[in-house]
Amino acid sequence: MRHVLRTLSAVIVASVVLAGCKSQPEAVEETSAGSTPVAQPTTPSLPWPGEPVMPPPTDAEDNPLDSTTGLLLDHTFHFDFDQARLSESDLRLLATHAAHLRDLRNRSVIIEGHCDERGTREYNLALGERRAQAVALYLTSAGVHAVQIETVSYGEERPEDPGHDESAWAKNRRAMMIYR
Amino acid sequence: MNELLKTLVVLLACFAALGHVALQALEIVIPEGWDSPTRIAVVPFGGPPLRDRPGPVRPLEIADVVSFDLLRSGQFDSLSSDNMLSHPTEPEEVFFRDWRLLGMDYLVIGRTWQETASAGQVSVVYHLFDVNVEREIKSAQLTAPVSAARDIAHRIADDVYEQVTGIRGAFSAQLLYVLVENVATASASYQLKIADSDGERARTVFRSNEPLLSPSWAPDARRVAYVSFETGRSTIVVQDLDTNARTHVATYPGINGAPTFSPDGNKLAMSLSRDGNPEIYIKNLVSGDLRRVTRRPSAIDTEPAWTPDGGSLIFTSDRGGQPQIYRKDLATSLVDRLTFQGDYNARGRLLPDGRHLIYVHRRNRIYHIAWQDLERDTLRVLTETALDESPSIAPNGMMMIYATQAQGRGILAVVSVDSRVRYMLPSAAGDVREPAWSPFLSTNVQVR
Repeated sequence: MRHVLRTLSAVIVASVVLAGCKSQPEAVEETSAGSTPVAQPTTPSLPWPGEPVMPPPTDAEDNPLDSTTGLLLDHTFHFDFDQARLSESDLRLLATHAAHLRDLRNRSVIIEGHCDERGTREYNLALGERRAQAVALYLTSAGVHAVQIETVSYGEERPEDPGHDESAWAKNRRAMMIYR
Repeated sequence: MNELLKTLVVLLACFAALGHVALQALEIVIPEGWDSPTRIAVVPFGGPPLRDRPGPVRPLEIADVVSFDLLRSGQFDSLSSDNMLSHPTEPEEVFFRDWRLLGMDYLVIGRTWQETASAGQVSVVYHLFDVNVEREIKSAQLTAPVSAARDIAHRIADDVYEQVTGIRGAFSAQLLYVLVENVATASASYQLKIADSDGERARTVFRSNEPLLSPSWAPDARRVAYVSFETGRSTIVVQDLDTNARTHVATYPGINGAPTFSPDGNKLAMSLSRDGNPEIYIKNLVSGDLRRVTRRPSAIDTEPAWTPDGGSLIFTSDRGGQPQIYRKDLATSLVDRLTFQGDYNARGRLLPDGRHLIYVHRRNRIYHIAWQDLERDTLRVLTETALDESPSIAPNGMMMIYATQAQGRGILAVVSVDSRVRYMLPSAAGDVREPAWSPFLSTNVQVR
């Protein structure tokens, strides 16, 4: 019973998380009368929290690895300007991290939220927290225990790229999952 | 049109090798075509060379400091000593005709001497004359330790400014700011610094390898509050400037940010996300009590600042979808929105009159500092550069300092609230940011 409830709530939370995501362009088109719609929605199926995802391979220290490259699984998630919404590809990546953290309950993560330099420092501290919380919310709704997750916002104080242009800003608007 | 701007380049002797000068006032831009500034001559003071700090440095010229202070206000045009016809140091040596010929409105002379009775003390006497009526209008003798000779100079500038304009001078006030070096590298270093209003005598108050932000002064100017990440998370620290004792006053889960002292100095307004989202709180520094002020789940409420009467807080909130500035009356709990133009208005600060508000204002995707008259509801953009932030007002309400960028580096810039004068205070190294102008200070200058 508890499991069902958890799954249910996970789906609800996931709907909230995904509600704001950029939707795929509608591929369904009306053709001439009588013909059946041929194009099906091309939206790739998203790993909803709670949907079984295989835990990733791990290295000797139990860090998750990318199954195709064998390198450490990417743990940086980027955001649009002034937004705290996760992209679909990041949600897919997060599902793998969630599977890893469900598999290894002794592992925990710190999620850092970061912003680009535009806007005021304290407002960015708050925005960075929203980004870290978006990641944390997905993980908990995917069954990761809250005690495995800690969030911290650095606002715009710790840029990845010290530049002052669009490309630097895009790199700096991020959440990072640091395994402990 | 380009004649509208005249650029006065003022080069200060740079003792960067000795590490004394962290901020250099390099450039003053005074737009022309406004009421002619008051013309003043500050004659080099008589007396032995004044060595206010150890090492092979150039002696301090009191007159240079006074003259540079007045020039930066934009309300004065000071005469170079090379263009003076005479260099009087005593009242009986003054011939008013010389100064009228040069078109001067006011004249300052003075001399310095080392006190023989108390070692390490220096005294300065100065005289301020109104050239047109040929009369001395102010004279004083000031005494301080030699190391505080600059305090005497700023104090003279404050006196002259007040005598001539009727407005209290704020040159003795100091600047608190953050200096960051090696940003985005493993050796990043953050320093909280205090410097004179002209950028001189910068000293480090606290240094950390982790971010420091949001510094603000207590009204007594003996304490500062700021956010430090020294523990790996945001923490609000109050530091006593006399003892350097540091107290961690807010270490709650989540964000501990945006501290500002109440006008009575006993309370600290702050933004805490301990309940999930950033809300405004007031911490009583005497009793330790914590009072929650805003209650808007899912909204960002941050950057509180007190009204001068301490009865209300202004703060930034995105409760309407985009950040705007609101005011909450602490007695009635009534909230009103103060900003309506533009989709991003944040980090408001009230002028000492409580009627005018300055804040970060986004217009055409560019961040400016805006100035708003709350009674007439008029808005003026004070700054022309992009990425401007952290405005702070001088205690006399005449000048505003803010952080901006030049050549890809963080610098401080100052603009008068009537936007007639602006100047920059770049750093010799690293990025400088988040300036906070101190309240009026009581320095260790004795007046006789």
